[in-house]
Amino acid sequence: MDLFLSLVLQIIYGISNLALIGLGLAIIFGMMRVINLAHGEFLMLGGYTVIVATNNGVNIWIAMLVCAPLVVGLIGVIVERVLIRFLYGRMIDTLLATWGLSLFLIGLVTTIFGPQTTTTISPPIGAVQIGEYGSSGYEMFLIIITLAVIGGVYAVLRLTKLGLLARGTMQNADMAASLGVSTPRIYMLTFGFGSAVAGLAGGLLAPITGVVPTIGAIYIAKAFITVISGGAAILAGTVSAATLLGSVNGIISWTTGPTLGEVALLLAAVILIRLMPQGITGRFFKKSL
Amino acid sequence: MSGAEKTRLGLLAVLAIAFTAGAPQVLQLFTIINLTTAIALALLALSLGLIWGFGGILCFGQTAFFGLGAYTYAVWAQNFGETTGAVIAAIAMGAAFAAALGYFIFYGRVSDVYLGAITLVVTLVFFNLMRRTSGPEYKIGDALLGGFNGTAAPPLSLPWDSSSMLFPNQVFYAAMGALILSYFGCVWLTRTHFGQVCAAIRENETRAELLGYDARAYKLGLFAIGGGLAGLAGVLIANGVGRVTPDLFNLGYAAQAIIWVIVGGRGTLIGPILAAFGLFYLTGWLGQQGTLDLNMVLGGVLILFVLLLPRGVVPAAMTLATTRVGRGRDLRAARRGGRRRRSPRPAPEPAE
Amino acid sequence: MTLPRFSRRRFLEATGATATALAAPAIVRAAEPIKMAAILDQSGGLELLGRPMLEATKMAVSEINAAGGLLDRQIELITYDPQTTIQFYTQFATQAAAGDRVDVVHAGITSASREAIRPVLNRFQTLYFYNTLYEGGVCDYNNFCTGSTPAQTVEKLVPYAMEKWGKKVYIIAADYNYGHITADWVQKYVRDNGGENVAVEFFPLDVTNFGPTIKKIQTAKPDFVMSALVGAAHISFYRQYGAAGVNKEIPLASTTFTLGGEHKLVSAEEGNGMIVSFAYFEEIDTPANKKFVEDLRAFSSQDIAYISETTARSYEGVYLWAEGVKKAGTTDRAAVIEALRSPVAFDGPSGMVTIEPKTNHLVQNVAIAELQDQTLNVLETFEAQPPSDTLLVCDLDANPNQSTFYFENGLAAAGID
Repeated sequence: MDLFLSLVLQIIYGISNLALIGLGLAIIFGMMRVINLAHGEFLMLGGYTVIVATNNGVNIWIAMLVCAPLVVGLIGVIVERVLIRFLYGRMIDTLLATWGLSLFLIGLVTTIFGPQTTTTISPPIGAVQIGEYGSSGYEMFLIIITLAVIGGVYAVLRLTKLGLLARGTMQNADMAASLGVSTPRIYMLTFGFGSAVAGLAGGLLAPITGVVPTIGAIYIAKAFITVISGGAAILAGTVSAATLLGSVNGIISWTTGPTLGEVALLLAAVILIRLMPQGITGRFFKKSL
Repeated sequence: MSGAEKTRLGLLAVLAIAFTAGAPQVLQLFTIINLTTAIALALLALSLGLIWGFGGILCFGQTAFFGLGAYTYAVWAQNFGETTGAVIAAIAMGAAFAAALGYFIFYGRVSDVYLGAITLVVTLVFFNLMRRTSGPEYKIGDALLGGFNGTAAPPLSLPWDSSSMLFPNQVFYAAMGALILSYFGCVWLTRTHFGQVCAAIRENETRAELLGYDARAYKLGLFAIGGGLAGLAGVLIANGVGRVTPDLFNLGYAAQAIIWVIVGGRGTLIGPILAAFGLFYLTGWLGQQGTLDLNMVLGGVLILFVLLLPRGVVPAAMTLATTRVGRGRDLRAARRGGRRRRSPRPAPEPAE
Repeated sequence: MTLPRFSRRRFLEATGATATALAAPAIVRAAEPIKMAAILDQSGGLELLGRPMLEATKMAVSEINAAGGLLDRQIELITYDPQTTIQFYTQFATQAAAGDRVDVVHAGITSASREAIRPVLNRFQTLYFYNTLYEGGVCDYNNFCTGSTPAQTVEKLVPYAMEKWGKKVYIIAADYNYGHITADWVQKYVRDNGGENVAVEFFPLDVTNFGPTIKKIQTAKPDFVMSALVGAAHISFYRQYGAAGVNKEIPLASTTFTLGGEHKLVSAEEGNGMIVSFAYFEEIDTPANKKFVEDLRAFSSQDIAYISETTARSYEGVYLWAEGVKKAGTTDRAAVIEALRSPVAFDGPSGMVTIEPKTNHLVQNVAIAELQDQTLNVLETFEAQPPSDTLLVCDLDANPNQSTFYFENGLAAAGID
């Protein structure tokens, strides 16, 4: 029973991990139809922000929950201004430009910080005992915070004036502009918001995975696949795809080992896209956020 | 085909043949050996340039067929001790797998980024699976797959005498021959009815279908041809490197293939080939300098091209040349078809 | 050794420079530098290991040059960055051997890279040093493998850990050739010492979520976990293991952890108590090593978080080759190989290393160390360990015309399942 419980917890953690990784990408894709292939590097930058901040004496919670999203959000705004804004409506070109950005950021961070970081941050929460099985308390915290982030994104998009303007702009930019909305500003803020969520995720995951310049490559394939499988609806898509893929991965990993678990995740995504070419939310929960 | 184009193609053929014949006389042996690798990459670039530039199929995982071709070649050559069948098998394998995957994709009406995602995932699955194949249980016939370390690839041998393996400069001739034939084959293909329909589908799939063409079948056909070419490129890289490893399936090659086509230009066939050669020497040169981070340079190149020269070097150069002569408009119109015309100056478009 | 594939003309072309150099008068020759190539990844993923290895190589060369060079000639070091790509390894090895016509190549981190360039350097008859620890089993007259092998490290670590913690062992390893073969060795030594292999599990190199495995380990309740995880992503295992608090109950042993300075990336609490085994530790307390560590830190243009076996061995590898050249009195490949196998020895930062002529591997010291507050404290040193794994399959004295990697696909060649 304890084993079962901790296994279920493990699968839920796997799911929330996918959701957390994918959410920032989903915001940018869902709202702007821009696929940001430098997303993995935004997560990586979040991790570096936490390391630099804690090295300078910032409390780790503030570093993770405040510094990381702020810094990466700001970087996102800059990237939108100097790169993305020239490419709206050219989906393939944004894909390529952000791929270039991804390589560029890896190179830049390697040049600045070297191929590895010399400092370390530990998960600020210790182990929790479930029966005789120790579980990471920090993983549980991550599950909770993922839910909170999803709730927060929902609230921003649904309840704030900015969210309303953003959704309106995405649906019909000309109409929004003629109603007096500064659409370039909305695009910029949306991209910044998505980047900030990516930075937050990167900061939160840094104590678990460690930070090296190339860590983004590990995230991007999974994030990309989760978001594409999920389809256009930001939250419903990400959460449903993460649930499906995370469960497949967790169960297959447990029964056969992690290699086949990874392969099963990828194959599940392929089959899913074949069955639902517009992603899960292209067929179900169409009206949701 | 206009007279000017005929002249240009003829000139290109003469140049290519002269290079093939002359290079081994002038260049050092190591340059010739390494050129074989560059030719392999150029052929991979051509295969992607064909399906993306002329069929609008953005395949992120062209490396899947490339790697499969290389493995097929190595396994066949190790088992049967001859390479003619191995080359044919490698091309057939690339084409057949592309056809199977294409059936799944095109008849499922998967498009754009979703197509990119699926093909990328497929090549990553191969990458993961092939790395697992270390150990004596993973063998096909006599050939051990070798996991992460890969498996040895014997050099090409003469079709009528499998015991006489080719010398590196002869392998170079074979590779150049394959590239030249593939290039002119592709040029020919794009001029045929089939090629024209593919271009029409790229420009407007709905319109083409309303005219009675089954877009799915045409795309499938083009995709399979691209897969076969990539398989042949796999044979060449196996010969150039002498070893086939799961690396061939990895994200690095997949990204480079895209970069070659972007830099060289979508909608041309020579562009991706030249870009592959150029970047091959750029990355090699950077590897000797050790001053600038390679990722940073490649990333910078990609960003700059997308922003400033989104159509690539070759189309931009041709536009420039033809505009000067004053015939730019009709040639460009012929080349680009009904595609939304961009300003001749490759200035970035403002936000919409 | 010689490959029939090549015509004599090719061979003459390839070795032309050496031949000319030998034929030239001694005075002219003295001015010409001895050429050495280093092909080590400086980017693309393996730079964690490759960068300090190159720094150590450079320092060895500059020390030798400062002391007057070899045979009164300076050494010219040509470096290549293969960018963690096999294609570039072949490319640069070809260029170094046939283009630059170097006298020796020091290259390779992964076994895949070594296997890619070994045939090239054999074909062009260029001496090859491989300075990384690996799974053992290379038997190649032209190739000197100076890193430690499982019979030197695993064989010592397994009984030590079983003595300390108990006989039930849970093995986790990276899912590629090195991991699989190392796991095979671990299983063999556990069996030989009367222990029990509870489970063996392999992880792709890019896996970062080890949750399910940690649960499995807790279920299996082994006495300790033996890890052969590799690379940046796998550092997550140690963090997650520590975060779940399991490391307090089920300790860890490893022959891979700390090689890239990973122990500087996990906190003291997560790493404390782990034991590892290598042929070299930065903390080795000898005057020779203290000087080496100090010199390298001063010499290196970049920060080296931890000086590990691969780094020290790259340095020692250059010196071993230099000893061979000195003894031979020439840079002629055949003469240098004979001199190296006569054998030569070098007293370096890791202690005395001697070439073992049957295998072209090293007889070397091996140590076991315990991790405490991000520092490795050497617990025990085993002196002059032979490469007994490779010795099972390889005898270059009896049959020098070999270029084989016996353990390429498992240990069947050594009669081990």
